[in-house]
Amino acid sequence: MEAVVLVVVIVMLLSAVAVLLFKDFLAALAAMSVVSLGLSFLFVVVRAPDVAMTEAAIGAGLSSLLFALALRRLGLWRGQ
Amino acid sequence: MDILDNNTILYIAAFGLMLIGISGIVISNHLMRIIFGIALLEAGANLLLLLSTYHEGASAPIIVADNIPTMMADPVPQALVLTAIVIGVGILALALSLAIRVQRAYGTLDMREVRLKLEQEISDEAGIDMPSSSEKPDDIAKVPLNSVVQQESGS
Repeated sequence: MEAVVLVVVIVMLLSAVAVLLFKDFLAALAAMSVVSLGLSFLFVVVRAPDVAMTEAAIGAGLSSLLFALALRRLGLWRGQ
Repeated sequence: MDILDNNTILYIAAFGLMLIGISGIVISNHLMRIIFGIALLEAGANLLLLLSTYHEGASAPIIVADNIPTMMADPVPQALVLTAIVIGVGILALALSLAIRVQRAYGTLDMREVRLKLEQEISDEAGIDMPSSSEKPDDIAKVPLNSVVQQESGS
């Protein structure tokens, strides 16, 4: 169990750094989704399944949708 | 693996997310990246809040009929985090709509340019010259360095 948690945390932190480093905003958005899904796994590990459900639906789903719509409106959809 | 037990790894994840989020807000110049940093900071804060009452070996706070667990995770911070996630989406939507308004008003999302145009606008409105900036001017290469040195040594 510890090994799985360790792997998920490492992937999450790396993609959190990638969010700030990617030039393409769509790629940054995808990395943000990875962070949200990893976070929802960690919520299951700390015994909060209801919060994990909400995070997966709202954090990874709805906020990604919001970001994508805003990126399209701002004209940042295809890189810089 | 002895030093890195489950709790330590989770705390590292929470503080790491908050650290990356704050550094994103402080370092980046693009408004979109600042909003990404806010989202990361929010995620780290949520995880930290949940970790504060988690004990190793606790079970989920769900009571099934005549099977009451002896040790449960505290449901109060979980309810708080549930609210915080939803409020976080609201904050995100507000920030994104403000970013769209900024781009409509100033035509750019780079905070340095936006700040410059804002200062220009304010001083135009007040009818005074723009205050000289402490940052390096763009055309510093055009000023011949020799002439400045000569003037200083001559006077």
